[in-house]
Amino acid sequence: MTEPVVRVSQLRKSFGDHEVLKGIDLDVTRGEVVVIFGRSGSGKSTLLRCINFLEEPTSGTIEVGGVRLEPGPRTHRQREAIRSVRIKAGMVFQDFNLFPHLTVLENLIEAPVTVKGQDRDHAVEVAVELLAQVGLADKRDEHPIRLSGGQKQRVAIARALAMEPEVMMFDEPTSALDPELISEVLSVMKSLATETQMTMMVVTHEMGFAREVATTMAFVHEGNIVEQGPPTSVIADPQHAQTKRFLEAVL
Amino acid sequence: MRERLEQWSAGIPFKVKLGMVWVVIALIVVFLFSLADFDVDWMLDHLWFITQGLPWTIIICGLAIILAVTLALFGALGRLSNSAVAQGITGFYTSFFRGTPLIVQMFLIFLALPQLAPPNLPGLRDSLTLTALQAGVIALGLNYGAYMTEIFRAGIQSVGHGQVEAAEALGMTYRQRMRRIVLPQAIRVIIPPTGNEFIAMLKDSALISLLGSVIAQMEIFRRAQLVGRADFRPLEAFVVAAALYWLLTTIFQVFQMRLERRLSTGYVRTLRVTTQPGVELVESEPA
Repeated sequence: MTEPVVRVSQLRKSFGDHEVLKGIDLDVTRGEVVVIFGRSGSGKSTLLRCINFLEEPTSGTIEVGGVRLEPGPRTHRQREAIRSVRIKAGMVFQDFNLFPHLTVLENLIEAPVTVKGQDRDHAVEVAVELLAQVGLADKRDEHPIRLSGGQKQRVAIARALAMEPEVMMFDEPTSALDPELISEVLSVMKSLATETQMTMMVVTHEMGFAREVATTMAFVHEGNIVEQGPPTSVIADPQHAQTKRFLEAVL
Repeated sequence: MRERLEQWSAGIPFKVKLGMVWVVIALIVVFLFSLADFDVDWMLDHLWFITQGLPWTIIICGLAIILAVTLALFGALGRLSNSAVAQGITGFYTSFFRGTPLIVQMFLIFLALPQLAPPNLPGLRDSLTLTALQAGVIALGLNYGAYMTEIFRAGIQSVGHGQVEAAEALGMTYRQRMRRIVLPQAIRVIIPPTGNEFIAMLKDSALISLLGSVIAQMEIFRRAQLVGRADFRPLEAFVVAAALYWLLTTIFQVFQMRLERRLSTGYVRTLRVTTQPGVELVESEPA
């Protein structure tokens, strides 16, 4: 049994009096694709955002690629630990968040050069390859504003990949897209999983994608993972009443 | 009669009419001045003396705006930070310099500052004794910096939180985030109002004349007062001073308008002609 790339233990998160995550435990091993799904407000996005400390958890521990994080004051040591987790965990947002003042290529090389101190030429080389991988080699010198939503999200995926993360986290990557643009993003994600065996955590409602690509599905309900297993069993034969009800609604 | 006048008026382009109104106003002013005891020869004789203050006005404001921008940047970062120290210092700074008159600040820095030095430290006292020009620049910079802190704060906040999160998620430090992602985007929001502040500062720099200054470093208004009062020709002298300020602000307003137009391109999706071979026209797609 290999060491998990991501280990979440007893993760709790409250916003004021409202407890969004109620003690989540989740291990993600190398090459695994975990699809996290559930009703809106169930806490699935918060779970991802707690892993890289975009939200500070209330309690619990996070481990990504061997770096252990616990909530606490942002001392220098804590900030550096958070940064190293963020470098190991790439994130793709629902609304892309590309840097509008930079070209597509500059979006990709920004973090490798400034954060990792990579040589610019090397970063460009990698970026060009990644753009080809997501099918946007011809857009390298465009600004994000001139791209469609689907193209933006593919650039965002390439930007996260440019940091050579150990795990890619997708926070509803297709929810802001027009229906006809969803498939181009999903197919990039699919090839990422199948061809490069990237470890992935995906919060999505795309059950077709889950069925095809996921190795594990985790159903989040009211701040708990109430059901977890391979898609064949979770989709075909859900055990929990809430999972059943949710799947009936979306399928 | 009224009908004919309206018919005639309707045939003239609006811009021509606007120009005519300005000409009429100018003629009335000239007429009034000709009735008054307005000594054109005196004015022409002293025009050069007063105009020599122009570079000083520009130098004063140039230095003061550099100081103000620097203070505003750190002021804004302080106001937006989580640190109690940074928030406390910048809060105190903006509250004081926005809450007291500029002229009082000038006198505090020019006349009152040296008094802060203990009597047994004459060296310190000397170094705290500034020339009118130095005191004026520092007071203008501090005062405008306090107001511009709000402009910078708003500019930084105009950059969406998603941008900050994306930069954070890529592992960027606070400094990297600000320098590489937030400030380059905030700058296009910050520049236009900063230009307005600079134009306002050109006018407020006339207050430095009240501190007095050595002949070599006198700005426009100080020179106008000097000759106008000596010869009992305030009308001529101050008309020249006013005209020079007006000219200066008008020129910078034109610059300002051009700059704003340039800044708006790039973010607005427009039909763009590219020089790439094979591509004549590129129409952008809606986001």
